[in-house]
Amino acid sequence: MPGKPASPGKTKAPALLFLTVNGAERNAAIADGDMPLIYWLRGELELTGTHLGCGKGECGACTVLIDGQPARACQIPVAAAAGRSVTTIEGLGTPLAPHPLQAAFIAEQAAQCGWCTPGMVMEGAALLARDAQPGRDEVKAALDGHLCRCGSHHRVLRAVLRAAGGAKP
Amino acid sequence: MNPALSRRALLRAGAALTVAFALPRPARAAAAKTNDPGEVDGFLSIGADGRVTVYCGKVDLGQGLRVAIRQMAAEELGLGMDAITLVEGDTLLTPDQGPTAGSTGVARGGVQIRQAAATARHALIRLAAARLDRPPQDLDLRDGVVAPADGGRSIAMGDLIGEAGFALKLDPQARLRDPAEYRLVGKPLPRPDLPAKVYGSHTYVHDVKLPGMLHARVIRPPVVGATLLKVDESSIKAVKGARVVRLKDFLAVVAGREWEAVRAAALLKAVWSDSAPLMGHGAVRGWLKAGPFAAEEVLKAKGDATARLADAPPPVEYYWPVQSHASLGPSCAVAQVGSGAATIWTASQATHRFRPAFAAMLGLPVDKVRLIYLDGSGCYGMNGHDDAAADAALLAKTVGKPVRVAWSRDDELGWDPKGPPQLIAMRGAMSPAGQVLGWSTEMWLPKATAGLSHVPLLAPEAAGIAQPRGLVTGLLAQNGDPPYAAVDLEVKVHWLADAPLRPSNIRAPGKIANSFAVESFFDELCARVGLDPLVTRLIGLRDLRGVAVLTKAASMMAWAPRPIPNPRRDGTGRGIAYVHYKHSETYVAIAMEVAVDAEAGRIAVKRVTCAHDCGLVINPDALRMQIEGCILQTLSRTLLEETTFDRARVTATDQSGYPILGFLGVPDIAVELIDRPGQPPMGGGEAAATPVPAALANAVFDAAGLRLRTVPFTPVRVREASQAL
Repeated sequence: MPGKPASPGKTKAPALLFLTVNGAERNAAIADGDMPLIYWLRGELELTGTHLGCGKGECGACTVLIDGQPARACQIPVAAAAGRSVTTIEGLGTPLAPHPLQAAFIAEQAAQCGWCTPGMVMEGAALLARDAQPGRDEVKAALDGHLCRCGSHHRVLRAVLRAAGGAKP
Repeated sequence: MNPALSRRALLRAGAALTVAFALPRPARAAAAKTNDPGEVDGFLSIGADGRVTVYCGKVDLGQGLRVAIRQMAAEELGLGMDAITLVEGDTLLTPDQGPTAGSTGVARGGVQIRQAAATARHALIRLAAARLDRPPQDLDLRDGVVAPADGGRSIAMGDLIGEAGFALKLDPQARLRDPAEYRLVGKPLPRPDLPAKVYGSHTYVHDVKLPGMLHARVIRPPVVGATLLKVDESSIKAVKGARVVRLKDFLAVVAGREWEAVRAAALLKAVWSDSAPLMGHGAVRGWLKAGPFAAEEVLKAKGDATARLADAPPPVEYYWPVQSHASLGPSCAVAQVGSGAATIWTASQATHRFRPAFAAMLGLPVDKVRLIYLDGSGCYGMNGHDDAAADAALLAKTVGKPVRVAWSRDDELGWDPKGPPQLIAMRGAMSPAGQVLGWSTEMWLPKATAGLSHVPLLAPEAAGIAQPRGLVTGLLAQNGDPPYAAVDLEVKVHWLADAPLRPSNIRAPGKIANSFAVESFFDELCARVGLDPLVTRLIGLRDLRGVAVLTKAASMMAWAPRPIPNPRRDGTGRGIAYVHYKHSETYVAIAMEVAVDAEAGRIAVKRVTCAHDCGLVINPDALRMQIEGCILQTLSRTLLEETTFDRARVTATDQSGYPILGFLGVPDIAVELIDRPGQPPMGGGEAAATPVPAALANAVFDAAGLRLRTVPFTPVRVREASQAL
């Protein structure tokens, strides 16, 4: 996983950072560059679709894409994302123009409480971008770092395979 | 209890989730909205445009109640799903239908709303009959219009009911629609909240933002029961705008931004007293047998089990450890407390039940406290959500501003109220033909405090605010007796006066461990006499709905009768287990195929089949989802989970200490629903969890000849059991 654990003790002079978020240029005046990306996305940009799970990089709920690669937004400092392109669940697709995986999640009704869902959708989208036809085992392996407490795993597997358009679950 | 609000304001408020972000509305006495569960107006209101708002005291925690309640209400009212707006778990607007617990969302909450809707339909037809001068039996309510079946004049629902509402008692006898005519109930309709959850636009309690709102982190003591000796407020001066709030031993930091609160909480230096009030998880099993006890109770007795079992092999003990809810996201709540009123946005399963507790804590009259449900990270019993709500309320009152509290992962696993431990000793005798001759179940369980309405909350406890104390556990003693005929039987419980950590209800309270013991031990008896466990169950079962689920689950696995363990001795095996939930509700059988590597201690669950009969099925797809969730979550609890703790604190506070099942451990699952439209609808959120551990343990025995009686089934335990063979 990119980034390093945030160290809450440090204080730095405010810095102006430039990031691309969901295709738009954003700048952030951040007093503490060690602040994990998720607090900026949720607090400043009000992109609340990214969910904080464990805050330890163990559950995958906060996964976003940075330059197309899945990253844990609770672990990567805002400063480490400067100059890069961040995609959150809000930027992946919309009801009018859904990402195929979002459409597949809805078709398979692949969520219960939905806390882990955005992170799984982002991870699954990254998987499909690098492998358009993953098998069931590849999907399981790609998602193994994502925890779901409600037990929606089966539906999620089916959704990713449905979006891949091939293999039956 | 029921402050009057203008009907229009309520409808506007109820129409969208933005009610959550509005400040409490001033009471105006136009037409009173009641939340009286005895009144149709408590559950339903019909707008002039014919839109219907349903007020539901039960809430959707992710289990699909949002679609099921709409289906049940829309069916009776003859409406489409889209015509219904649902308001959930708001103490001001929704009737108290009891907590969303015990698998009662549909079985009690939905059934009550269905009855209100049926009462409303009959009332609308009566009103229309008078206006149209037709006998009521000629008329039906469909698509918002009361119309005669033969055509002719009709009248719209919104024209029949005005601002005053129905002013009608809910009629428990109001005739329901005939299931043969159902248009919505029984269909796998999509859940209305799914798209927003998938696009990241669903509103959770974590997303509430109020003007002037502060973010808070509560600092729990490093050891349970410690008192706060000293706080160094200067230790957080590096965090601009952050400040310390202290009420006796309740310690928190508040700040304008969430990250600032997180930083301040990490920086804050506080000195706590030493404390070591816990027994440590290793001592729990011994403590359950040693007491102190509050009572002993014989739950069921038939014949003379003691005499019958005099020559039987000695009892064997099954143990279920303390477990956490382990919700994926941190508990969170937002509160606004003024001088005379409070509003709390909470992911509580029991907003009505906690309302008096919050009023007492805040020193406000009950009718001035409003709890509003918003989704949180899923919970499966009372987790940390209500504690977070109490944290937020107490802080909002203290700082005079709206406060949002979010917990950390460590707090969640460390401080959520826990599923209590259970010890169950089994003794029995079976005839060579498979009849249970004698059966004894002896349980050691923490005793719930009589009359205690809710789990004591952390915030008032720490702040020195009086609250009722005691234990909340859920109904732990059910399903401790076999569902199969026994000649002589005794089921006894030793009630413990305390619990090792603060307990609460966790999914299918008690029933999972009791069924683990009962259904595993039934296989032990079968093994003693060399009989097939499925056939032997069918011999002893007197309930045909039970027979139906057992044979279905077994046939899905192509079960061929033979003795256990598997004579092939190739490390593969199968097991089956059955429950009639609470002996009165849902019927479930689960069969499982496993592969066991006894040397490595590894259990691989290959395939799970489940047959499920909960009477009338409201939404088969949402029900399947619940069943899959029950199976996977309980596999996780059985294979992996135990809350470890030492004398001072919980030590399992992350995924390495408290692991839960990941994708690589997910087996194939096949579920068959047996729909019985003539039967009442029963719950789907708990029952299927219950047979999982025994089905797994029985499959492991079949595969490797080793009997696992202690959860979790860790590699160490599997190896130990294997070496003991």
